[in-house]
Amino acid sequence: MKIARRNVGVLLAAGSLIAGLAGCAGTPGSGSPSATSSSAVSAGSPSGSSPQLSGTVTIYAAASLKATFTKLASEFEAKNPGTKVVLSFAGSSDLVTQITQGAPADVFASADTKNMGKLSDASLVDGKATNFATNVLTIAVPPANPASIASFADLAKPGVKVVVCASQVPCGSAAQSVEKATGTTIKPVSEESSVTDVLGKVSSGEADAGLVYVTDVKSAGDKVKGVPFPEASNAVNTYPIATVGTSKHKDLAAAFISLVTGGEGKKVLGDAGFGVP
Amino acid sequence: MSFHIDATVRARNVDISLSVGPAETVAILGPNGAGKSTLLSVAAGLLRPDAGSARLGERVLFNLDGGSRVWTPPHLRGTALLAQEPLLFPHLSVLENVAFGPRSAGASRAQSRETARHWLAEVDVAQLAERKPGELSGGQAQRVAVARALAASPELLLLDEPMSALDIHAAPHLRRLLKRVLSGRRAVIITHDVLDALILADRVIVMEKGRIVEEGPTREVFRRPRSQFAAGLAGVNLLAGTVTEDGLRTSAAAGGASLHVAGHLDDEAEPGQPGVAAFPPSAVSVFLDAAHGSPRNSFPVAITDLEPHGDHIRVRAGDLAADITPAASAELGLEPGSRVYFVVKATAVQVYAA
Amino acid sequence: MNYSGVPRWVYGLAAMGGLFVLLPLAAMVAKVDWSRFIPLVASESSLTALGLSLRTSAASTALCVLFGIPLALVLARRPFRGQRLLRAFVLLPLVLPPVVGGIALLYTFGRQGLLGKNLELVGIQIAFSTTAVVLAQTFVALPFLVVSLEGALRTAGNRYEAVAATLGARPATILRRVTVPMVLPGLASGAVLSFARSLGEFGATLTFAGSLQGVTRTLPLEIYLQRETDADAAVALSLVLVAVAVIVVGLSYRRPHRADIPAEAAA
Repeated sequence: MKIARRNVGVLLAAGSLIAGLAGCAGTPGSGSPSATSSSAVSAGSPSGSSPQLSGTVTIYAAASLKATFTKLASEFEAKNPGTKVVLSFAGSSDLVTQITQGAPADVFASADTKNMGKLSDASLVDGKATNFATNVLTIAVPPANPASIASFADLAKPGVKVVVCASQVPCGSAAQSVEKATGTTIKPVSEESSVTDVLGKVSSGEADAGLVYVTDVKSAGDKVKGVPFPEASNAVNTYPIATVGTSKHKDLAAAFISLVTGGEGKKVLGDAGFGVP
Repeated sequence: MSFHIDATVRARNVDISLSVGPAETVAILGPNGAGKSTLLSVAAGLLRPDAGSARLGERVLFNLDGGSRVWTPPHLRGTALLAQEPLLFPHLSVLENVAFGPRSAGASRAQSRETARHWLAEVDVAQLAERKPGELSGGQAQRVAVARALAASPELLLLDEPMSALDIHAAPHLRRLLKRVLSGRRAVIITHDVLDALILADRVIVMEKGRIVEEGPTREVFRRPRSQFAAGLAGVNLLAGTVTEDGLRTSAAAGGASLHVAGHLDDEAEPGQPGVAAFPPSAVSVFLDAAHGSPRNSFPVAITDLEPHGDHIRVRAGDLAADITPAASAELGLEPGSRVYFVVKATAVQVYAA
Repeated sequence: MNYSGVPRWVYGLAAMGGLFVLLPLAAMVAKVDWSRFIPLVASESSLTALGLSLRTSAASTALCVLFGIPLALVLARRPFRGQRLLRAFVLLPLVLPPVVGGIALLYTFGRQGLLGKNLELVGIQIAFSTTAVVLAQTFVALPFLVVSLEGALRTAGNRYEAVAATLGARPATILRRVTVPMVLPGLASGAVLSFARSLGEFGATLTFAGSLQGVTRTLPLEIYLQRETDADAAVALSLVLVAVAVIVVGLSYRRPHRADIPAEAAA
C-alpha cells in the first residue's frame, strides 16, 4: 500500500495512457454519472404498477447462472425501457475478490452461501441475501457412456476415469460431502478448478465421467448425458443473491433481485434445472 | 596426379577451364566480380556449378556433364580453403583449431595435437598454441589459419586473397611464409597484388567477366601482358589490334577511330595476325599540339585523371597513361578534361602477337 | 561517460515502462503475509507442485533442445519453398492463447484425438498424465528456443562451417564441434527462456492435462486453485514462482565471455 501511494502520480499517468490505449475496454456503467441512477418517475407511464426505472445495473453472477441470467436480463430490459443490464460471469470466489477490490457491481449472485458469507464479512452486502435457487450434483458422462456408469458407486470402479472439481471450489466440496455420506471413495484422474473444465473433459471424451451440477448437464445439451443419483441430496447447493453495499443503483438492483426471486425468475431457473430453496 | 576443373555457373556468368600440376602454384588475377572466388567455391565443393566436371588426381570432385550427377561433398575432396579472414573457430584454442583437420580425418587426439604442434612451429607461432583466437593479432591469426589448412594435408590448397585483410606490416611476413610452404605444393591463390603473383606463383591466370582472358608463366605475363588487366598490373600501356609491317593497327573499337601505331615487331609477330602494342608510361610525352614526323606516334586523348606516382605525375587518359614531371604538368596546365597528345617514340613500342 | 544519443524524455518513458512491470510485483510482495510465508510455501501440496513444475519444465526444455536445434538449423540455413510458412507455424504458439494450444493438443493426443486414438490402442494414455503436462509445456516453449537459436545461427553465418568442411569434417562433426559450440550462448538463453516459459505454463496444461496433485498440478495450477480458498497461500506461491523465474532468467542474461567472441566479429 505504501508503495502504491508514493507513486500515485506515476500510476495516474500510466493509467490514463493505458485507458487511452484500451479505449472501449472499460466497464460500461462504471463511468455513468450517478444522476441517472436515481430512478426517474415519469407520469403516464404505461408499464403497470412498478415505477419506471432507468440507468445501468451491473450484475456479478456465478458462471453456472450464465444462461438463466442472460435470459432474465433481457426480460428485465424489455420490461423496463431505459434500463441496461451489464452481466459479468465468473467463479463465485473470483467475483467476491473483484467486488472487494472495488469492482462496480450492483448485484451479486453466488453459487454457494460460503462466498456470499465472505462478501457479507467484508460488509459489502446491503441488507440480507436471499436464497433463490438450489442445485444438486449429477454424473455427466459422454453420450455413449463408454464406462457404463449407472450409479454413484460406479464412479469408484477401477479403470474408470473420473474428473471432479477440486475441494477448494463449491462443486468439489459438494462432491466430497456426497462421498463422505455414502462411504464411497472416488480416485479422480483430475481435480479441476471449475465445473466448466470438468464438463469439457467429459464432453471431449477424455474422461468417462464427471461430477457436475444438474444445470450444467442440461445446458450442455447433447454433448453429455446426465446420470442422476439419489445420494446427491446429501449436498444441495444453495444460490443466494444480494445487493452490493457500495451500489449506486440500489433501486435497480432491488428490482432485478425481485425479478429473479419472483415468478418469472422461478420459471426460468426451473426450466434450466435449478431447484427451489 | 593433376587437378583439372571445367565449370559453368550461369547465375554468375562464369565459364572456365583450368588445370594445375602437382607442385604448381597458380595465381588468379582479375577485377572484382570476375568470378575468381566463384571458381574456388566450386573447386572446394561449397557451390554447385550448372555444368562441368573436376578431378583431383584419381578422385572425381564432380561430374555434371552428360546427365551425370556425381558430386563429392567438400569434406571428402582434400581441398582446404584459406579465406581473407582467418575464420579460426572462436571456441577452440589455437592448438585445437590446427588439430581440427587431422582429428576430422580420424587421427587420435594425441596424434592430431602432435600434427598441430608441427604445423604451428612451421609457421612460427608454436608459442601461441594455448591462446584463444580472440587473443591473436590479425597476422598471427592468419598464420594459424595457414597452419590449420596445411595440417589437413590437402592435395589442393585454395587461397582467396589471404593477405588482403592484413595491415602493411603483417602482409610481407605472411607472404614470406606462404612462399616457403607453397613451394612444392599444389595451390591456387587469388590475389590483387603483382607482388604475390611474382613471388608465390609459377603461373598466372587473368580472369575477366567470368572467362580466362590470359594465362602463362608469371614472368612472361607481366613482361608481355596481353590483357588490359595484366597490363595495368605490369604498369604498361596496351593497345590491341592487328600486326602490320612496321607496327600495329588498332581495332576501331579502341578510341573510336582505328589508328596506326609504329613500333618494334617481336620476332614471332607476323603481319596480319592479332597482336598488341605495349609501351611504358615513362616513354610517353605529353604535348598540347600534335607532334609530326616519324618515327613518333601521336595519339589525341582527353585527360581523365592526374595522380602522383613516385616523383612523377601520372596522366591518365582512358586506358593509356603517361608519366611526366610535376614541372612539365604545371607548365602545360593539365587538368582532367584537357585535350592533349600522347607522344611515344616508335622504338619504345613493343608489338607482339596476342 | 560516453555520449549516448538518447533523448532525455526516453528515460522518462523507460522509467514508466519499468515501473509498470515492477510495481505489480512490488505490490504482490507487499501483500505477502510473512508470518505465514514459510508454512504456506512449505505445505505438502505446494512442495509437490513446485517439484512437479521443476521436473516437467526440465523435461520439456530437453525436448525443446532436441527438436529446437534441428528446426532452427532448417530455418536459418538454406532457404527452401515453404520456409516462411514453416517459421510462421513454429512461432504460432507464441501468439496463440495457451487455452487454444491446450484444445489443439487435446484433439491430437487426447483419447479421441488424432494420434491419441492410436496410442490408446497400444496402451499409451497421455491424457491426465505427467507426459501431458510436458507436452503442453513443450508446445508453448519450443518457439522461444527456436527464435533465439535461429537468430544466433544467422548472426554466426555459415562461413565457419564451410571452412570446417574443407578441412575434412563431415556434417555431423561440423554440427557437434563447430555449429553448436559457436551458438552455445544463444542456445543457452533459448533453453533458459523455454524453461521459464514451461514453468509459467498454465492454460494449455489446464485444458489438456487436468489438475491432480503430484501428477499434473504444477505450481501455476496450484496457485490458481489456492486462490479459491486461501488468497495468502496463492500470493506466497506466486512469489516463489517469481523468484524461480527471476533466478532462471537472470542466469541466462549474464554477460557472455568476451574472449570467446572472434576478433573479426568484435571489429
